[in-house]
Amino acid sequence: MVIYCIYIVSKSGGLIFNYDHNVPKVENERKFTYPLDIRLNYENKKVSVHFGQRDGINVGHVLTAVNGMPVTGRQLDDGRDAKDVLESKESYPLTLKFSRPKMTTNEKIFLASMFYPLFAIASQLSPEPKCSGIEVLKGDTFKLHCFQTLTGVKIMTVVDRNQIGAEVFLKRVYELYADYALKNPFYSLEMPIRCELFDTNLKAMLEQIDKSGIASI
Amino acid sequence: MSRSTRFDTKKVNSELVTLTYGTLVAQMVKDLENPDDVSKQLDRIGYNMGIRLIEDYLSKTGSGRCLDLKDTADKIQTAFRMYLGVQPNVVNWSPAGDEFSFSLDSNPLTELVELPDDLKQLKYCNIICGAIRGALEMVQLDVQSWVVQDQLKGDPNTEIRVKFIRRLEDAMPAGED
Repeated sequence: MVIYCIYIVSKSGGLIFNYDHNVPKVENERKFTYPLDIRLNYENKKVSVHFGQRDGINVGHVLTAVNGMPVTGRQLDDGRDAKDVLESKESYPLTLKFSRPKMTTNEKIFLASMFYPLFAIASQLSPEPKCSGIEVLKGDTFKLHCFQTLTGVKIMTVVDRNQIGAEVFLKRVYELYADYALKNPFYSLEMPIRCELFDTNLKAMLEQIDKSGIASI
Repeated sequence: MSRSTRFDTKKVNSELVTLTYGTLVAQMVKDLENPDDVSKQLDRIGYNMGIRLIEDYLSKTGSGRCLDLKDTADKIQTAFRMYLGVQPNVVNWSPAGDEFSFSLDSNPLTELVELPDDLKQLKYCNIICGAIRGALEMVQLDVQSWVVQDQLKGDPNTEIRVKFIRRLEDAMPAGED
């Protein structure tokens, strides 16, 4: 079972829960000499590979460390600008570490709220009346399954393209939501779910699925 | 861990519910003095329970949206069985089909209860009315619900009336409207 992540979007369209599950970490470190044989670009507050894909360092990967020193945005931890370091000949040879960019929480909230109108548009585009919104969205590397409850809560999961049984999985997540989020008297509706019991039970279910497949839940 | 076994494991003795609920009401009577306020608060508590409980009901039964009130009555009947362990009868349909009653021969909430004389106007089971209203509001049905007959007041059985007001179209989630 390959489940990448789980999102829960409230009735009003806000992201109230997200969980990343076994997304493989892609990291590559290599020694570089002057001049740099890959083209880097600075965008969205990240230094990313623009052109010149090699040794597992792909276009789109971001620079995370220079000589073992972590990079935050475009700044090194000692205060130097990453661009200046990469451009000055004296600093070479350099060991650069690249990894796949990770979505920040803000980006996730942004994407989740973007799905909301998409879902609504899809239901209106339908040639037949009374159409549900998007249930499955398929890309070349993933499938997004969405289950909307009668009360308007959307539970989504991103899974591998060939994964089957995601609908069953979503129903089970719904049960967990009803049990461990809503029955918690200190959880208020529409607010982000910060319930430890919900997290642990979800993790336990995911582990069970990883071990013995979706049919076991 | 199949669906049916999980249902069974969560069953508790109904007396536990009776006693806890009784404690709650007794405490509220002490705190609020005016029985009408207590009834109002019980309805509010019920409402807040209902808006959460509906998700539990939907996730466990997997039932779909109701398109007429008969369907709704049936489903609430199932809910009574799930959460209170009793099967009420659906009776007294209004000619327009927009009102009906649940008639309970036995009500677990009142099993061990007698109302003292000074609390005769207290609506002891108001929590159920609130729960029905809250739960239905979450599935975009606006209803009113009140107690018509009460075994605690000498009636032969407890009757809870439900009146359909309207469908909340503007609250309908996309893909359903």
